[in-house]
Amino acid sequence: MEILAAVLGFLGGVLAGLFGVGGGILFVPTLVLVLGLGQVHAEATSLLAILPAVVAGAWRQQRYGNVDWRAALLLGLGSIAGVAGGVELAKALPEDVLRRLFAVFMLAVAASVAWRAVRMKPAYPRADDSA
Amino acid sequence: MARLLAIGLVAGVFSALFGVGGGIIIVPLLVALVGFDGRRATGTSLAAIGITAAAGALAYWLHGDLKVGSAALVGLPAAVGAVAGVALQQRLQTRTLTFGFSLVLAAVGIRLLV
Repeated sequence: MEILAAVLGFLGGVLAGLFGVGGGILFVPTLVLVLGLGQVHAEATSLLAILPAVVAGAWRQQRYGNVDWRAALLLGLGSIAGVAGGVELAKALPEDVLRRLFAVFMLAVAASVAWRAVRMKPAYPRADDSA
Repeated sequence: MARLLAIGLVAGVFSALFGVGGGIIIVPLLVALVGFDGRRATGTSLAAIGITAAAGALAYWLHGDLKVGSAALVGLPAAVGAVAGVALQQRLQTRTLTFGFSLVLAAVGIRLLV
């Protein structure tokens, strides 16, 4: 199970870099279904697990000139207040309700990613016209 | 500036509530409301998530909910994967791949729902 969790972590990181997300959407189910953590512990742990991947990802993106650091700082500062509220909300909800809410969030993300694919042009022979 | 703070606030709630970075919220909002192109939104989102996830992990740690060993087990291989993912992003962004990602998300979501 530990090896499977590490492999899924690696794959989550690849998707994080590829789609510009932190990978947490895959870490949480990995921690719940593979390592048997409760939903709150999985979410807390996912946030820490995200950090090495986003630091590595942001470092690579900076080399491609894709990071606006001032905007990132403002987004990050704004998020701190939201984080405080989100933690309290997660702790206040019964754990099975939180797990189902997370599942609904995942389905919404799946729909949004599918919609992104629908709007893409069929084939990208080169990188300079994607995203 | 107010828009960036507001996007951060919304992303922060989702991040902490669901244990995710919030990029899925930040990237489309940066494109729609601030006029970033996709790559710049992606790169900037990753940097912002560093702050958001650190704040969330710290808040949960104060509640005693953090499993550091499990985080390392999943998170350290993920860092290697992220470097590979960003390199891949410069070369490919196909519909098939994106559809595949959405199917994986939907399947796991349904598994967690039932």
